[in-house]
Amino acid sequence: MAPEQWTPSPQAPAAPEGVGAATSPSPAEVARGLRATGEGADTIQLLSPEGEYTPHPDFPIEVSGELLRDLYRDMVLIRRFDREGNSLQRQGQLSIWVPLLGQEAAQIGAGRGMRDQDMAFPSYREHGIAWCRGVDPTELLGIFRGTNHSGWNPVEKRFHTYTIVIGNQALNAAGYAMGQVFDGKVGGGPESDSEATITFFGDGATAQGDIHEAMVFATAYDSPVVFYCQNNQWAISEPIEKMARLPLYRRAAGYGMPGFRVDGNDVLACLAVTRWAMDECRSGNGPVMIEAFTYRMDAHTTSDDPNRYRMADTTEAWKLLDPIERVRVHLVREGLADQDFFDGIQAEADALAERFRAFAVAMEPPGPETMFSGVYTAPHAQTERQRAEFLEYLEGFGDDAAHGEPANAAGGGH
Amino acid sequence: MSTATGTTATSSQSVTLAKALNMGLRAAMEADDKVLVMGEDVGKLGGVFRITDALQKDFGEHRVLDTPLAESGIIGTAVGLALRGYRPVCEIQFDGFVFPGFDQIISQVAKLTYRSRGAYQMPLTIRIPYGGGIGAVEHHAESPEAFFCHIAGLRVVACANPADAYWMIQEAIACPDPVVFFEPKRRYWEKGELDTSVDPGTTFSSVLRSSSNNSAVTLIGFGATMPTVFAAAAAAAEDGIACDVVDLRSLSPLDLGPVLESVQHTGRAVVVSEAPGEVSLASEVAARITEEAFYSLAAPVQRVTGFDVPYPPSKLEEEYLPDLDKVLHAVDRSLAY
Repeated sequence: MAPEQWTPSPQAPAAPEGVGAATSPSPAEVARGLRATGEGADTIQLLSPEGEYTPHPDFPIEVSGELLRDLYRDMVLIRRFDREGNSLQRQGQLSIWVPLLGQEAAQIGAGRGMRDQDMAFPSYREHGIAWCRGVDPTELLGIFRGTNHSGWNPVEKRFHTYTIVIGNQALNAAGYAMGQVFDGKVGGGPESDSEATITFFGDGATAQGDIHEAMVFATAYDSPVVFYCQNNQWAISEPIEKMARLPLYRRAAGYGMPGFRVDGNDVLACLAVTRWAMDECRSGNGPVMIEAFTYRMDAHTTSDDPNRYRMADTTEAWKLLDPIERVRVHLVREGLADQDFFDGIQAEADALAERFRAFAVAMEPPGPETMFSGVYTAPHAQTERQRAEFLEYLEGFGDDAAHGEPANAAGGGH
Repeated sequence: MSTATGTTATSSQSVTLAKALNMGLRAAMEADDKVLVMGEDVGKLGGVFRITDALQKDFGEHRVLDTPLAESGIIGTAVGLALRGYRPVCEIQFDGFVFPGFDQIISQVAKLTYRSRGAYQMPLTIRIPYGGGIGAVEHHAESPEAFFCHIAGLRVVACANPADAYWMIQEAIACPDPVVFFEPKRRYWEKGELDTSVDPGTTFSSVLRSSSNNSAVTLIGFGATMPTVFAAAAAAAEDGIACDVVDLRSLSPLDLGPVLESVQHTGRAVVVSEAPGEVSLASEVAARITEEAFYSLAAPVQRVTGFDVPYPPSKLEEEYLPDLDKVLHAVDRSLAY
């Protein structure tokens, strides 16, 4: 369909009030590829960029100095090791890094909105969620150094493996949540041991069929799953306007579930709304969709070059909306933290980065025999035969065999 | 090596392959309440082929799920259920409809155990009615087994008779690894003897169905082609040419023990499958025989397969499919060396 057909012509009768009327882009906007995906949304915000806190009537949360300091600490620490990951890639110690810069609030808010018994299904940028689930940052490194495909035990951490094929994990989450229903683990209320599931994906993933199917299955089975979309506005080089005419959270209504847009740079809003949504789900009122509206402040990955497709001005403007700075300002203004606190967090962050770096540099490549492990659970004749043949082949080289240097070439792809 | 024997036990009964699958599913569901059946129309209708007939009535809607009409959704949610400790049995309605779910099968089902370094198991069974010869429209007669055999992390099997159907579906469901389970839909209504009282042990292995000391050729088939292979062996015997017959059953991993043992005697092999021949399971069998029994061979391994064309309109499928004459022709080609 040609772009001019997407919207009513100027001569057409005015559209009725409502979703379409409020957000239909003008022909000029369509021609520019710019849509109203950022406009007309009722964004939930508790902590303004200036650090002013305003309670939200629908999403009550007990805000204490301790909570704010904890959230601040979380965000500073994950930003610090995220930046260290970037540096390690630049220095050839990692083949690729996927930065989360700018999305600290969206991730820490969501991660701290979960309870221990809940399950998370991430995409591959969710280092902050991993942090909240108790995954040590060093356990993320194998993926990016090329020593494993996943470094943590997903069952113990209740944090699924990273999923690189866009959108796949949403269906896996929907199925897991169906299991929570079948197991009778839903319906006990917020403080019970009832469970909920949350899945993370980006704005680009919303174009994938799996996201649609996941929402169909989740609503069909009244499953306790929160669809948490971090809309960082860029799918590598493609702006969200290439994929959506309306704010993404509005899609929820079409499936018959509540949908909300939160200020993804406001950790209190992300926390309050996620906790509410998870508790709704565990109480049997799921699923729920949350769109955390944020901005990808760095490249898609270290293999990417954002200068080719977006303006530095926009990134600069988003710096004024920084998720960490507004918490710092609030803490200072309200007298909830002193300089010793901030210095202490900075020292802790630097120590974490140092440990992260030391661990990365010391990582040895796995032995060739491990390539054949875990393909199957039950014994498998062909895999075993190939392992034996390959090891015998390597033995033919004597002591020089099979101890190459770790790969450090720049990787590609997403 | 096991050889087929006509079952004469008193507990034996004559059932269709479809009924045997239904009985096998029922037995698996009775044995383990974590076994779920899920797919399109598998509940009240009992599936378009009635393989799941009456299971929902007897086990309930949470054990037999009429899912939304979305194959990626069926497989993708089954993955999540498997992570939660369930053993989902997914029905793909027809072979040609598996591809919307292909991504989940390749990217998640096959790889999650490996990616998680063994922390996850993926006890998923994906049932696919496959193969041609039923006069159907497009996408209802394909043989896509090679796609799945190519993917490490999956096990791929095909049943060819009611007894195997009954035992193999239970072995697939009990397996801690994902199993793609091919059912020869053309043979659903063919009857065979089934003795449910005698557990045959593993069925994920190839089996020598018939052999003789003077066999000249080894005929190899699986699933839908087995009746054709048997018919060809019988016809060849009338012409004085004895043939060994092997039913592969396990397509991945291939179990070529019985094949190689037979070929060492016969020196000749003919592989029969419905899929297009290029880069097919038949190709793999031929290559492996060449690698592992080269000095036993008196002739190149012959392949009898579908043509390298899309599955044709049904009025042409008899021309497309391997049949008795094509197999005999291949036997003649082999003997001509």
